[in-house]
Amino acid sequence: MSGTVLRLEGIRKSFGATSVLRGVDLDLAEHEVVALIGPSGSGKSTLLKTINLLEPIDDGRILLRDEDISDPRVDVDRTRARFGVVFQHLNLFPHLTVLDNVTLASRRVHGVPRAEAEARGLELLDRIGLGAKAREHPDRLSGGQQQRAAIVRAVATDPEVLLLDEITSALDPLLVGDVLELVRELAAEGTTILMATHEMAFARDVAHRVVFLDGGVIVEQGPPAQVFGAPREARTREFLARFSA
Amino acid sequence: MLIGAASTVVFALALWAFVVNTPGWARVQDSFFDLDTAVAAFPRVAEGFLVNLRILAFSVVGVAVVATLIAFLRTLRGAVFFPLRVLATAYTDVFRGTPLIIVLFLIGFGVPGLLQTRISTELLGTVALVVTYSAYVSEVIRAGIEGVHPSQRMGARALGLSHAQTLRLVVLPQAIRRQAPPLMNDFVAMQKDVGLVSVLGVVDAVRGAQIETAKYADFTPYIVAAVLFVLLAIPTIRLTDWITARLRDREQMGSVV
Repeated sequence: MSGTVLRLEGIRKSFGATSVLRGVDLDLAEHEVVALIGPSGSGKSTLLKTINLLEPIDDGRILLRDEDISDPRVDVDRTRARFGVVFQHLNLFPHLTVLDNVTLASRRVHGVPRAEAEARGLELLDRIGLGAKAREHPDRLSGGQQQRAAIVRAVATDPEVLLLDEITSALDPLLVGDVLELVRELAAEGTTILMATHEMAFARDVAHRVVFLDGGVIVEQGPPAQVFGAPREARTREFLARFSA
Repeated sequence: MLIGAASTVVFALALWAFVVNTPGWARVQDSFFDLDTAVAAFPRVAEGFLVNLRILAFSVVGVAVVATLIAFLRTLRGAVFFPLRVLATAYTDVFRGTPLIIVLFLIGFGVPGLLQTRISTELLGTVALVVTYSAYVSEVIRAGIEGVHPSQRMGARALGLSHAQTLRLVVLPQAIRRQAPPLMNDFVAMQKDVGLVSVLGVVDAVRGAQIETAKYADFTPYIVAAVLFVLLAIPTIRLTDWITARLRDREQMGSVV
């Protein structure tokens, strides 16, 4: 694996009196796929939101290719455009067609001409079998199709890092497979991915590294085989036991 | 279908029979529904109606701009914007509370008085309508903005859209779609309130009818004006019903997915 794309140094974040992140350090290498696991409320979602500056941090530094993006002087809009994000809940814009959803950031943030953005958008939608639905509104799509379109929207601008926040947890179990398959393909193509997930089998299969977050700190991390097969920490074992049960 | 038609016919006949048999019907028919007077008055009333249409067109554009701006000011967060929020809130409170006719007098006679110049009454009437209706419409738009789920805003910002782009491309279009029925309702109300500019001396359909009424000593010209206003309103009202039904269908469909 080549150089570091993203480096988090001592990230701290509180909401009022509640301390959610208590000093998180994490590196993400180019083409690396990292799965973030941990109980609800462990800070996974907040961590992802601090990375693309949706939540301001209280302390620490976020470096994207050695550039300190947590510096208050950086242009947050331009910085956010360097990430692709998919959230847990369906985030397509209901008033826009699927294609307009996919091309919105290219056209409005990156200044790509409409024809060019649409050609690329259609290519991506064709790939996930939604080419025929490109001119439809999202409410004509199933939850799984919507979530795959949201992933395609996130990668349409060739982001440097793809952040996935429990993208399958709001879905009907029957629809989860196709969504995970798309993530697997993106990972195989070398997309740098940081994903918070409860899909342990998927994390084990696709991630290069698994990071266990609990109580706002990284308790343990390592290759999937080690974290899932022989966890060092008692808290990790306890957490994983609940999933295998 | 057949029963519905039959029942409608029976009901209409009964109503007609009742009205025609009231003691004063002959006189009322003569002074409100006189065909000859209607035909004679029509040109002037119709000409005035074109003035109403012109005022309406400019008012709609004015209200769209001012109401969106006020709604935007009211949704601003943060202590810095406190004075703007207060100003916007005071504006909507005052102009939703004041009768339109008083606003018409205040602006129609007050503004030329302040500036010591003659200003077209049509323009002043348009301004009064914009000022009053923007107060209502801004509240409808504000409710729409606040009804858009926060995740939509976050999704837009995550794509790198700026605050202004998020509002313009993501939040406002959804807010206005969601609020289409009440917005259309306000539009229908404005279509007829345009007739009130006649109090400033604008020769519109109502004023035209008043002139014709004086000429023929017969109220029929007012009925002519009323028919024109109703004919203008009906397409909008039907469109409102259609949009409302379509939104309801979409929502129901959304809940199935």
